[in-house]
Amino acid sequence: MSEKTKDVLLSIVASLLCIVIGLLVGLIILYCINAENALDGFTRIIKGGFYLKPKGIGSEIAQSAPLIMTGLSVAFAFRTGLFNIGAAGQYTVGVFGALYFALILHMPWYVCLLAAMVCGAIWGAVPGIFKAYFNVNEVITSIMFNWIGLYLVNELMYSTVKGMYDQKTTRTYKISSVSPGSLIPDCGMNAVFKTSSTTIAIFIAIALAVLMYVILNKTTFGYELKACGFNKDAAKYAGINDRRNIVLSMMISGALAGVGAGLYYLSGGAEWNPQVATALPAIGFNGIPVALLAMSNPLGVVFAAVFVAHISVGGAYLPTKYFQPEIADLIVAVIIYLCAFVALFKGVVAGVLGRKKAGKGDAK
Amino acid sequence: MFLLIKFTLLYAVVLMLVALGGMFSERSGVINIALEGIMAIGGLAGVFVLALGGNLPAAVLVPVSILASAVAGIVYSLLLGFSAITLKADQTIGGTALNMLATAVAIVMVKAFNNASEAGNGAASAKLVYSNEAFIYKIGPFTINIFLIIGIVILIVSYLFLFKTKWGLRLRSCGEHPQAADSVGINVYQWRYIGVMISGALGGIGGFAYIVPSVTTWNFEVGVAGAGFLALAVMIFGQWKPFNIAGAAVFFAVFRSLANIADSTVLSNLGLSKNIYSMMPFIASMIILAFTSKNSRAPKAEGIPYDKGQR
Repeated sequence: MSEKTKDVLLSIVASLLCIVIGLLVGLIILYCINAENALDGFTRIIKGGFYLKPKGIGSEIAQSAPLIMTGLSVAFAFRTGLFNIGAAGQYTVGVFGALYFALILHMPWYVCLLAAMVCGAIWGAVPGIFKAYFNVNEVITSIMFNWIGLYLVNELMYSTVKGMYDQKTTRTYKISSVSPGSLIPDCGMNAVFKTSSTTIAIFIAIALAVLMYVILNKTTFGYELKACGFNKDAAKYAGINDRRNIVLSMMISGALAGVGAGLYYLSGGAEWNPQVATALPAIGFNGIPVALLAMSNPLGVVFAAVFVAHISVGGAYLPTKYFQPEIADLIVAVIIYLCAFVALFKGVVAGVLGRKKAGKGDAK
Repeated sequence: MFLLIKFTLLYAVVLMLVALGGMFSERSGVINIALEGIMAIGGLAGVFVLALGGNLPAAVLVPVSILASAVAGIVYSLLLGFSAITLKADQTIGGTALNMLATAVAIVMVKAFNNASEAGNGAASAKLVYSNEAFIYKIGPFTINIFLIIGIVILIVSYLFLFKTKWGLRLRSCGEHPQAADSVGINVYQWRYIGVMISGALGGIGGFAYIVPSVTTWNFEVGVAGAGFLALAVMIFGQWKPFNIAGAAVFFAVFRSLANIADSTVLSNLGLSKNIYSMMPFIASMIILAFTSKNSRAPKAEGIPYDKGQR
């Protein structure tokens, strides 16, 4: 086994360890709240979408697609040495791009998706520019632009742009009733899963994950971006334009989050409520645990996103009489907290394996 | 105008308390992005005390609830300290996780509490109702809440502690050059824990101060609605110095208050909506950060885990 595959395997084991501990904490909490029904609740979380076939599986697929994208967004930035905590804001602005092109301009879905991507890219580029030219930490800028984006989008959708906000539902108009051509085709998947928003979005997301993997690992461009992340000064010394690359990294990262918004809203998954001024979309923030769980590997992101979607769909099936669906969020949060010191786990796992090997050597 | 001053003071105290907390943590070398979560947990603990002990006399209830919020904040901040100091994990990731955890914990606890007290009718809300009369005093036309007084005291104490005592110097040295601090016998890990715990206490009180004086019902689904992040901006804008932070807090609070009163006063004639005012402090701080970051006075060793073996 080469060093590299060994490291990948170790990472996978460490991530699984985080998941197992997180789930155990969840089980303990279920026991504390209601011991009688704890096991029932726990199996519902573990079963996830499979608890209510086929509808649950359909909604799990529908939720996975945007999660893969925001996870990719955060993971891509991580790989290039940046922490994009602004995926939520880029996602929000992407929602506006997608809905504007769909509800107002009645464009076909792929144009709307492109619009969402461009909007996300612009919103991602701003923290990049601040980082590259003014030396402001991207974490702070991203957080600021999350809120600026949220207020801006709410303002635009609620009052500035007429024809997006539906007084009756206090949300934006349904795409399916205003501009059905802007919906991402479902290729019969909605009929199979008996849902309304299971579309080919998931395949687009997986294809983009593969594309990001290729860009990061197989191209010169990806290598340059990563080099800036590893050591900015060394990259500069090697003739890489570090400022341009920081901005580009953030732009791509933002674009990915924007596509995520497009995939979700153009599938008819939800309508935006511009009057809730305090809540940034959770999908944007959930990209962070997804990326961490996947160790920032674009292909790992796909599995991590499906896992997080699985758990939260499972949380929704908890009997509300005894339990709160947010227990699923709690489990995910515990898992990321553990992910923060995943390097330590890796060391422990490697140590245990090493001791075993040494033991075997003695026996011989 | 009175309304503007009232709201400004309300917000300024909260932002200042939390930003001062962040300052202690960062001065000791630990980036505390978990302030948002610490505020939510502190607020939760304080409000629980109010909801459970509503019959107690004000003289008991006020200090106990504030103490509860501070203690809850400290306990929660220890989670950050454990991952960032003892395990040397990435401080931003640990903090982000704690922010997400805080909201989830708050919702689950409040819903479980409501569910139990309403004999399990299912679908309980994440809202707690409480009385805040004990915290508010009327002096002439002004209504002053107790947190204003606490805030001013803490501001002065913070300044004296950080810049006029040997303990403050020790704490600061851990954030500037921990190796040098260690070489003269200062326990870097211990001081970083102290820094994080102070930030937990102030963040917890700040969260309580954010929730209690203005409303009598709080829906924990929104956490503290980004106030913790705003406090981080206030801290940077205040350049990690107590009195600058107080000034920055007032600056941010003015805009925040404008958003609150925009619809009901003469300002509505300007035709600017609430959203625009809400955006303003963020935009203003971005512009200021862009111009000031070149000569930023951030603690030099913040965000870098201290490893004794590394020189």
